[in-house]
Amino acid sequence: MKSKWTAAAALAAATALLTACSGGGSGAPPTEKITLTYANWSEDQSPAMEQIAAEFEKANPNIDIKIQTLPWTEYWSTLQVGAAGGTAPDAFWMLADHFREYAKGGQLIDLSGTVKAAGIDMSVYPKAVSDSYTYEGKIFALPKDFDTNGIWYNKALFDAAKVAYPDDTWTWKNVQDAARKLTDKAKGVWGIAAPIDPQGGYYNTILQAGGQIVDSQGTASDFASPAGVAGLKFWTDLQAAGVSPTLKQLSDTEAVSMFENQKVAMYFSGAYWALRFHKNPDLQGKIDVAPLPQGVKRATVTSGIGNAGYAGSKHPEELKKFLAFLGGTRAAEIQAATGTVLPAYKGTQEPWLKAMPEFHLQVFIDAVDYSVPLPVAGNASEWQGLAAQYLTPAWNGEKPVEQAAKEYQDAVDKVLAEK
Amino acid sequence: MTSPTTPPARRPAGRRAGASEPSGWWAAVFVAPAVLGLAALYVWPFLSTFLKSFEDVPAFGPATFVGMDNYTALLHDEEFWKAFGNSALYTVIILLGVPLAVVLAALIEQAGRGRAIYRVLFFLPVVTLPVAVGMVWRFVYNGDFGLLNTVLSWFGVSGQFWVADPRFTIYAFGVVGLWMSLGINMIILGAGLRAIPKDLYEASALDGAGRVRQFVHITVPLLTPSIFFVTTLSVIAALQMFDLIFVMLRGVNNTALADSKTIVYLFYEKAFVQFHQGYGAAIAIVLLLVIMLATALQFRLQRSWVFYG
Repeated sequence: MKSKWTAAAALAAATALLTACSGGGSGAPPTEKITLTYANWSEDQSPAMEQIAAEFEKANPNIDIKIQTLPWTEYWSTLQVGAAGGTAPDAFWMLADHFREYAKGGQLIDLSGTVKAAGIDMSVYPKAVSDSYTYEGKIFALPKDFDTNGIWYNKALFDAAKVAYPDDTWTWKNVQDAARKLTDKAKGVWGIAAPIDPQGGYYNTILQAGGQIVDSQGTASDFASPAGVAGLKFWTDLQAAGVSPTLKQLSDTEAVSMFENQKVAMYFSGAYWALRFHKNPDLQGKIDVAPLPQGVKRATVTSGIGNAGYAGSKHPEELKKFLAFLGGTRAAEIQAATGTVLPAYKGTQEPWLKAMPEFHLQVFIDAVDYSVPLPVAGNASEWQGLAAQYLTPAWNGEKPVEQAAKEYQDAVDKVLAEK
Repeated sequence: MTSPTTPPARRPAGRRAGASEPSGWWAAVFVAPAVLGLAALYVWPFLSTFLKSFEDVPAFGPATFVGMDNYTALLHDEEFWKAFGNSALYTVIILLGVPLAVVLAALIEQAGRGRAIYRVLFFLPVVTLPVAVGMVWRFVYNGDFGLLNTVLSWFGVSGQFWVADPRFTIYAFGVVGLWMSLGINMIILGAGLRAIPKDLYEASALDGAGRVRQFVHITVPLLTPSIFFVTTLSVIAALQMFDLIFVMLRGVNNTALADSKTIVYLFYEKAFVQFHQGYGAAIAIVLLLVIMLATALQFRLQRSWVFYG
């Protein structure tokens, strides 16, 4: 008797659930539960992704979101093989420098219609980021987050050397002078880290010198122009002055680790380190961030992850719905509140700032005003991969910067000339 | 040509297949799983790689036939030749481990009671994940605070940036690769050692041969089949080295990477980082040819030095 009652109760509950599901739907009965996979490459961020997925599932009980976290080293080859073989995840993180190949190859689901139908206002995203996910006028990904660059600096090392902290009045000269004063060979402390780092390093200084990295048609690079050379020289001069660990040292121990180990006092890099630094107990109360210095003008490159969907997904309608949710305020707020990253959605960044009040993180948001999209012309992963090879002699002082820059420019232009 | 010992043909003319004789059809059914598996997992990927090597294959979308273009470009690609040289150098270093494994295996056989412990110790690196091995050695090789440089400094030798300086990287990988392969080589050689009849040693001892003489004149000659086997496998594995470089040099900021690529790393980079799958396929086919040639050459040469008793 008792079991009958339980069965009846279960049935009633199930019916109620089913009705609840169809209430919000387009009227079609929710026949069965479907699963969408959502791939990312960050262990750090996957808790926030789980939280976002849970929130979406609550509103869409017939859709089950499975989060897939792949190691960065396997992410792109897995995605590429999966897309070609029809087994790619439904939704996944995209980067601007990989985006063009996927969009051109017809692998991404077109979100233009969804944006219009759902009334998504594209102006809430930093234009530099949303533009980089548009291909031939169609929108293929909604910006998830963005990053600009600043000077991460170690206050304890600045205090020890009696140097004033960086601020928004700083020019290149201030950085160079401070780096010299902060370097203390006896203690194994360097003023700054000067690796061959495009995004955190020389792209910014080339732009600050008034140059551009790749021309607007994406057919020629600009490294050997006077501004290009000046932007590269900013870094090679720091190497020549001995105020940075050498390239070999920075190959063995990444710049960010050097900074965390308090071996370097200044590190030019993005907002994405904030959470890692915030969680590092050795750095409590010791570090902060300031705007990048000015050259001829202010500039920083910006980029951001986009949430894209696979064109070959078995559930395109549900996928579009999920992607729209990922591009919305709720997903942005969850990311901001967990301190994960700087969300792209305008006005949702406040919780991110508040999550780590010890840093002047507003610097990164203010930088949007003078930000330039990360160059992604042509086969970007190919020509960017050539940088270390061509620029190392300049960094090591084995070749004049002008010559290395010219050789790198020629190599890049050759890649850009490929179809 | 039929000799008296040749068994009669399975189906003599005029005799019908009886119930006791398995028909060809059933045989096909039984081997089908193996054949299908082989076809799907080996033959098909090989054929598709082979075909791709004559095509220009974009990341996605249709490929275009380009004939021998990929191969011609490959022959004129300095990067390929450098990678080829690196792989060859690495293989030579790995081969140096074979005599070492022979000596160590012979010593362990003598060890008596501690034998099992030594075997386990030498075998541990073999069963450790190459990624973990690479990570650990990265720390050992670190130019600023690595273990190796610390030890060297005790002897007044100045340290180097072993995996950040292109002059040393291949040797640094070679040492790790050798260390990783020593255990498996020693197991194979140890099995070969135990197959050598004991009476040979007893007889030679009576004739006054010492341990070293026994090793040179009995152990090594009778071990040559195992040595040959180990050498062949080592060359194949060494030419395919990828994981160590991937773990130890990864990252755009490693300035030694450009000069330290192996053939398989170059393949990975072309096919999966730069989206040139056709070119990558051509590299894979060339590597296959190189491995086939190296193996064929070894089989040819073994006639003059391997002793089958």
